[in-house]
Amino acid sequence: MSQRQVLQVFEQYQKARTQFVQMVAELATRPQNIETLQNAGVMSLLRTLLLDVVPTIQQTAALALGRLANYNDDLAEAVVKCDILPQLVYSLAEQNRFYKKAAAFVLRAVGKHSPQLAQAIVDCGALDTLVICLEDFDPGVKEAAAWALRYIARHNAELSQAVVDAGAVPLLVLCIQEPEIALKRIAASALSDIAKHSPELAQTVVDAGAVAHLAQMILNPDAKLKHQILSALSQVSKHSVDLAEMVVEAEIFPVVLTCLKDKDEYVKKNASTLIREIAKHTPELSQLVVNAGGVAAVIDCIGSCKGNTRLPGIMMLGYVAAHSENLAMAVIISKGVPQLSVCLSEEPEDHIKAAAAWALGQIGRHTPEHARAVAVTNTLPVLLSLYMSTESSEDLQVKVLFPWIFRYTSAEGGQLSTT
Amino acid sequence: MATLARLQARSSTVGNQYYFRNSVVDPFRKKENDAAVKIQSWFRGCQVRAYIRHLNRIVTIIQKWWRSFLGRKQYQLTVQVAYYTMMMNLYNAMAVRIQRRWRGYRVRKYLFNYYYLKEYLKVVSETNDAIRKALEEFAEMKEREEKKANLEREEKKRDYEARKMHYLLSTKQIPGIYNSPFRKEPDPWELQLQKAKPLTHRRPKVKQKDSTSLTDWLACTSTRSFPRSEILPPINRKQCQGPFRDITEVLEQRYRPLEPTLRVAEPIDELKLAREELRREEWLQNVNDNMFLPFSSYHKNEKYIPSMHLSSKYGPVSCKEQFRSENPKKWICDKDFQTVLPSFELFSKYGKLYSKAGQIV
Repeated sequence: MSQRQVLQVFEQYQKARTQFVQMVAELATRPQNIETLQNAGVMSLLRTLLLDVVPTIQQTAALALGRLANYNDDLAEAVVKCDILPQLVYSLAEQNRFYKKAAAFVLRAVGKHSPQLAQAIVDCGALDTLVICLEDFDPGVKEAAAWALRYIARHNAELSQAVVDAGAVPLLVLCIQEPEIALKRIAASALSDIAKHSPELAQTVVDAGAVAHLAQMILNPDAKLKHQILSALSQVSKHSVDLAEMVVEAEIFPVVLTCLKDKDEYVKKNASTLIREIAKHTPELSQLVVNAGGVAAVIDCIGSCKGNTRLPGIMMLGYVAAHSENLAMAVIISKGVPQLSVCLSEEPEDHIKAAAAWALGQIGRHTPEHARAVAVTNTLPVLLSLYMSTESSEDLQVKVLFPWIFRYTSAEGGQLSTT
Repeated sequence: MATLARLQARSSTVGNQYYFRNSVVDPFRKKENDAAVKIQSWFRGCQVRAYIRHLNRIVTIIQKWWRSFLGRKQYQLTVQVAYYTMMMNLYNAMAVRIQRRWRGYRVRKYLFNYYYLKEYLKVVSETNDAIRKALEEFAEMKEREEKKANLEREEKKRDYEARKMHYLLSTKQIPGIYNSPFRKEPDPWELQLQKAKPLTHRRPKVKQKDSTSLTDWLACTSTRSFPRSEILPPINRKQCQGPFRDITEVLEQRYRPLEPTLRVAEPIDELKLAREELRREEWLQNVNDNMFLPFSSYHKNEKYIPSMHLSSKYGPVSCKEQFRSENPKKWICDKDFQTVLPSFELFSKYGKLYSKAGQIV
């Protein structure tokens, strides 16, 4: 009987701990409770519970810590200062998958706020353990690890280089080929965040063979996945001509044009960003885009969007027209000029108006024929009114419209009497 | 020899005579000499002048010839240069003509072929139209698919609702709510209900406990409480034939925890047991098992003599006697009311039988 009583004492304590940690985890989901929790000194309590014997309590404590660190960067710094990270990293290597998921969640929540916190995570040696987690069987663990790596690599080039040096890129490419959609999304976004900083990192991503897999997955119906894939491809192709050519060789045209007709705004924006990054490098690449019918698709996409989603498409037209007069003529016959003038007149934001004016300038500057084609659509009065109006910003007036208008008046001579 | 002597004797005067004979003519000689010199010098002068004149003439001729020779040489060179220049100009002019023709041809044919450009732009616009059409079709196809998916979802929802409301179906005797006798024909829901299969209740799911507490371990209810062999089964074992039940179901059934009846789970003398437990816990804290003895005269068994205030006919007032009168003759039986009743068995088997008798469909 006394043995039973002794055991009962232990059981009550365990129940109390479990209940405490579960309640804290639940309270941490609501932002209004977090201040109170922090003032009550929940950080040190959770830290001791991380070392608990019972696995469930460990996992729930890690989950609660993750939710707290997710809320704002003060709490994340408190997590770092309490020396919780080395313990997490050490036990990440040997615990079961629920704990791994929770610990990866904590690392992600800490790393997302600022580069210094991400650097602190890297200094703890978390990268190697996260890369080991990427090789785990459970897709949830892989997803959590990939997400943490993504948030670390997002901040700057040194951290991305550290992630690459830990050998994450080939494993991320393997993760992309897994059947789970969520895992594919996160792996694609991680590759995108790694490749965006410098050409060498983008080259590393390409060398791991990511481009072929990414290009295959453009046909996937999931909208968020397409958004991440297009973002990854555009970050790779923006750095140099060779990388852009490699992306084009993966046969993305004309499949990418179907993404321009998608219902999701972000997919359209990222698809037009990708086409812009490819077309801006050389006239040959622009020619390729024009031959594939990309200009018409982009013009239709501009017509169907509003606001900032239009901006990459407008810039793409400007880049294509800037390369040579044949391409500018191609843009004109694809009925690009009326669409651009519509954008110029109806968009409220200044930077979009500036971009539309710049694109029209690139189209019209080659020969008088081009200038006439632009002027026929009655854009010059609009431009002049924008230049004269007091609301448009200095940037818009000085940089774009001023040289443009004078170039036009000199190019046209006495033909048009608009100005 | 005589001459010699003679001469020698005249020698001294010979000299003088010679001198005097010659000195008479000296002034004449001088005069004549001067005249001769003058004449000679003049004549020599004429001679030299003539000679120089002659030389001049000859030199002029030589120079003339030499200079003409040089001039002719120079002239040849000049003519050559002029000829060369003229020829080069001619060649240049011809070459320019050829180049002009060639460049015009090249630019028109290869660099900026106007007709080729027109063709290209036509092809580009055709491609654009084709792409636009293809994209329109693609968008339409997507919309159609979405509409179809929506319709299917609606269909499924309606089917599920009809299955849930199956009891509203009309019978032969009683028309249902969707089959009112005043309508010409039954509501479409009626037909739906006729087609639908009745929905059965879902069995209450036994929630698996994540944490294994100590009492569970002692009761050996978890799936891991029985020892398993160390060796894992071989990998390429032949699959056993036959339709098997789901392994989770089997394990659930085998290791189902005890579901005691209400009577066992909540014993009726719980309060008494709790009191016993409390007493036991308090007994744990006892230092000595002996009861406290009141006074030193306890063992003498003296009867207690109360004080005058306390010894009266009228004892301490008890609430029971004041407020309630009892009449034992009216009592039905001599036992008091039971405050604690044993539980009955009506609800102990609720939801745990196999038959569906009495269940709401």
